[in-house]
Amino acid sequence: MLTIILFAPLVGALIAGFGWRIVTEQGAQWITTGLMALVCLLSWIVFLNTPDEARHVEIFRWISSGTLDTYWSIRLDRLTSIMLIVINTVSALVHLYSIGYMAHDENFREGEHYKARFFAYLSFFTFAMLTLVTADNLVQMFFGWEGVGVASYLLIGFYFRKPSAGAAAMKAMIVNRVGDFGFVLGIFGLFLLTDSIDFDTVFAAIPGLAGQRMEFLGLNFQALEVIGVLLFIGAMGKSAQFLLHTWLPDAMEGPTPVSALIHAATMVTAGVFLVCRMSPLYEFAPDAQMIIVVIGATSAFFAATIGLVQTDIKRVIAYSTCSQLGYMFVAAGAGVYSAAMFHLLTHAFFKALLFLCAGSVIHAMHHEQDMRNYGGLRKKIPHTFWAMVIGTLAITGVGIPLTHIGFAGFLSKDAIVESAYAGAGAYAFWMLVIAAAFTSFYSWRLIFLTFFGEARGDHHAHDHAHESPLVMRIPLYVLSLGAIFAGMLWYAPFFGDHARVEQFFGIPSAHAEASEEHGEGVVAATHELAEGDLDHAGEALVEGGEESHAATRLAVPGEGAIYMAPSNHVLDEAHHAPTWVKVSPFVAMLLGLILAWAVYIFRPGTADAIARNQRPLHTFLMNRWYFDELYNTVFVRPAQGIGGFLWKRGDGNAIDGSINGIAMGIVPWFTRLAGRAQSGYVFSYALTMVIGLALILTWVSIGTGAE
Amino acid sequence: MISNDIQTLLPEILIAVYAMLALLAGAYGGKDKIAPALTWITAAVFVVIAFFIGTGEGVHPAFGATFIDDGFARFAKVTILLCGAVVLLMSREYLRRRDLMKFEIPILISLCTVGMMVMVSAADLMTLYMGLELQSLAIYVLAAIRRDSVKSTEAGLKYFVLGALSSGLLLYGASLVYGFAGTTHFAGIIVAAGGEVSLGLLFGLVFLIAGFAFKVSAAPFHMWTPDVYEGAPTPITAFMATAPKVAAMALFARVVYQGFGGVAEDWQQILAFLSVVSMFWGAVAAIGQTNIKRLMAYSSINHMGFALMGLASATAFGVQAMLIYMAIYVTMNIGAFAFILSMERDGRPVTDIGSLNLLARSEPLKALALLVLMFSLGGVPPFVGFFGKLYVFRAAIDGGLIWLAVAGAVASVIGAFYYIRIVYLMYFGQEREGLDKTSQPMLWGFMMASAAIMVLGVVNLFGIEGVAAAAAATLVP
Repeated sequence: MLTIILFAPLVGALIAGFGWRIVTEQGAQWITTGLMALVCLLSWIVFLNTPDEARHVEIFRWISSGTLDTYWSIRLDRLTSIMLIVINTVSALVHLYSIGYMAHDENFREGEHYKARFFAYLSFFTFAMLTLVTADNLVQMFFGWEGVGVASYLLIGFYFRKPSAGAAAMKAMIVNRVGDFGFVLGIFGLFLLTDSIDFDTVFAAIPGLAGQRMEFLGLNFQALEVIGVLLFIGAMGKSAQFLLHTWLPDAMEGPTPVSALIHAATMVTAGVFLVCRMSPLYEFAPDAQMIIVVIGATSAFFAATIGLVQTDIKRVIAYSTCSQLGYMFVAAGAGVYSAAMFHLLTHAFFKALLFLCAGSVIHAMHHEQDMRNYGGLRKKIPHTFWAMVIGTLAITGVGIPLTHIGFAGFLSKDAIVESAYAGAGAYAFWMLVIAAAFTSFYSWRLIFLTFFGEARGDHHAHDHAHESPLVMRIPLYVLSLGAIFAGMLWYAPFFGDHARVEQFFGIPSAHAEASEEHGEGVVAATHELAEGDLDHAGEALVEGGEESHAATRLAVPGEGAIYMAPSNHVLDEAHHAPTWVKVSPFVAMLLGLILAWAVYIFRPGTADAIARNQRPLHTFLMNRWYFDELYNTVFVRPAQGIGGFLWKRGDGNAIDGSINGIAMGIVPWFTRLAGRAQSGYVFSYALTMVIGLALILTWVSIGTGAE
Repeated sequence: MISNDIQTLLPEILIAVYAMLALLAGAYGGKDKIAPALTWITAAVFVVIAFFIGTGEGVHPAFGATFIDDGFARFAKVTILLCGAVVLLMSREYLRRRDLMKFEIPILISLCTVGMMVMVSAADLMTLYMGLELQSLAIYVLAAIRRDSVKSTEAGLKYFVLGALSSGLLLYGASLVYGFAGTTHFAGIIVAAGGEVSLGLLFGLVFLIAGFAFKVSAAPFHMWTPDVYEGAPTPITAFMATAPKVAAMALFARVVYQGFGGVAEDWQQILAFLSVVSMFWGAVAAIGQTNIKRLMAYSSINHMGFALMGLASATAFGVQAMLIYMAIYVTMNIGAFAFILSMERDGRPVTDIGSLNLLARSEPLKALALLVLMFSLGGVPPFVGFFGKLYVFRAAIDGGLIWLAVAGAVASVIGAFYYIRIVYLMYFGQEREGLDKTSQPMLWGFMMASAAIMVLGVVNLFGIEGVAAAAAATLVP
């Protein structure tokens, strides 16, 4: 079944990509969509039957070189199965949605065939993403990692006639190269230390490597810290985190379903997945964790500020994605991997929903993307409106405070904020809370600008605004359900009591008693553990816990889907966060909502007035903190300069010059010489022979004489 | 005793007797009228005898070990005979149209072939010279066979005069060797040269090598080649470019390995020198050529340089590489000459490469085949010609002559130019008066077969590797 899940999208991609002339474009669309629906169904079955221990399905022997001996195999554990449902559900819905969205595309000429290609890319992307998440070793994961990069490149640049799309595709590729370089170095480092790239072997070896040091860039670091940071650089690239985020907004040049699938729900979360997958490593690399927290929190805040002023509907959501990914990284960095995965799951639903709604709006408005030209669309496209409101309620985190009832984002985001309070420090906590207020503001701003108020912009477009066809609305309904219920449904296994989380992620119940009520016992036990006193730790556990099964053995890294070190009790502390902490995101959300309502509905025009008053700040945000300009000056221009120099001087003058000199100057000179020697006179031929003979004889004589 | 000797020599004797009978039949029978039939019969005789030789086994010395029939000789003989047969068949149509269908041609080719067979089997300097002269004299006449053409007679005469000079050098070398070694037997020479080799013996060797280099047209003893190739009738050129090259190269190998195997380091440098000069001269001088026959002459000079590279390595693998290279070389050349023979405009043969302009439009299949052949001659992978070069390069590196392999690679890059230029003209040339569309099934067939071998041979080189290795093993134990 796993094999089918993994390879069905590839089959679909091949059929659509190479066989569409046989099956027709229409056929290619439905075949890929049908296969995705099947795969989606299977992944839910797999998810509901995830075994406690990681399962390995070997497919074939992949690399055998020296001490590197590895199989291509599927690893199935809870992390994988979560990703399976996220990817396949969203992918199946996006496939379906695309049938409607891509039906008529003005970027292509009449009669041009682009649909089958689009679906082939989508399916190929899904295959690569599945390879990434089912990988059983780092190189296999890297294969998928690069595969999604390629698919992303192809899809961002899908409108190849638009120069901006081509540039955006290249930018995504190049920025990701920076991250990938870090990722590859991290893999090399792990192989250097553990002589293996298989997760099981690596994880088992990690506790023994704690404290080991290694040289890197001429400096001496803790080995695991270095590797942790390197791997995180890879994650930063893929997940568009602060410093490597510049490609994501530009990636919105791709068709909107692509943005929903790749640049919101799945590919960009690969970085979070990587950090969670490598949790056994990060548990031993506290400094790397701290860097993750800081970068994540900064991203969350920074992207949210930019999101406040953007006018392109897709770019707002893109910055929102960047910001939400920051939340996930904070949770992962704080050691609450389950909360990160929880937010990943809920985010996939509501962010895909928002993007697909945005696509529906864009579709309705004839590819107008500027929100300033929207307004009053509530009546024209009611289904989309309600779906988008649900998405917004989910992303801003609407729910009943201090209970577990609310939209998906309410539960998962609150979980992260609490975790941040408990384990990530004040900086991260406050950044996230402020970001939550901003999130609420820009999300509601989007809704108000788009659906309320007066119709602005092109009258013609407004008059012809129409609701999307059914194939595009079904995904909206399904995702709306997810955005409403996903949080409440899975709160317990992801962020409920400790035992549930451990059971869910297949972690052997070392401190199974570490439920909320018995947290103190565990704390005591772990204190003992920290002092290396196993017996006392056991006693403390028994004392603390009245549960029937006492601690029998300690969790070993790699046994569960995620690993939380015995000293890691952020999860429990998060549950004991003060009430004001638990309420803070809700308050932030309310603030944002009220402010947005005030400036866009209550007093339209206030926003512009503020923008005028705060001109420098507004410009700063409008220009996205000048990151693109900075990178342009620091990296792009010098690189182009060096490239130009090497091309014109190095390649053109030096290499071509010398080659041409030989080929067009020296060789023909010899040719002419040889031609002159070939005089046609027998005596000159004979002379040449005799001279040759004399030369050889002289040489032989000297040679023999020298001996 | 004598019956054993005769049995060993039977193929040569058979062909010689056949040549005499054919001469009688021609002179007293139908003269030129029987020429077409004679061509067929000669080719058939060659093929039959090639098969007969191919089934032979073991090492058979004859006539006091002045003649030897071993695996190496058999490999060379089969190649020579098949080349001769193919060239005869290819020439028929051409000769008929040019009114050159003389009954002497198949007879002279037969005699020449006998000479070559004796050459490759020679185990004694006397036998060697006898075979060499028989072969040479036959070719002098063949080159000048078109008596009414100034170019043809000039070619024959030039070849004769320079050939005489080279024969003189060779004979002088032979006498020096005899003087210093006291024997003309290769087996005896190797004993005499086994220890400290005298300068006189070395001089003898150098003169011998000069004679062989003339025969294989290695620079700087190559000067006759372009003129003779151009002047001689094209079928004769095709013959000269194939079989005699194999024979001379085989003779070359036998003398240096069997006669002077003990002093390899002395002749290794000479061969490497000849190789490098040939490769570069052949490559550079060909660039200026517009006549395809002259071009093929330089091409063969260039190729002989590569074959000599194999010999220069002084290892059994080197001999194997040389044999493989020669087998591939003659196959490619047969294909190329099959095309050249079919080149005509308004019923007259042309040899200007300008006439190849845009051949791909009028005759796409032929152009494709020629493209394969040219790429193969230039050593472009994945065609078989590349593997021939690969073998000799490997041999040179194994033999410690890395600089020679590097020089060879550079030379083959330069040489690729004029092969690719032909391809360029065929596919991207200018609108010019092209070639006639001719339908000559024989030529077409050989050309296609040759091109097909260049493509299909990459699988296992048709097993020639093992055969060549066995042949090389009999020469270099």
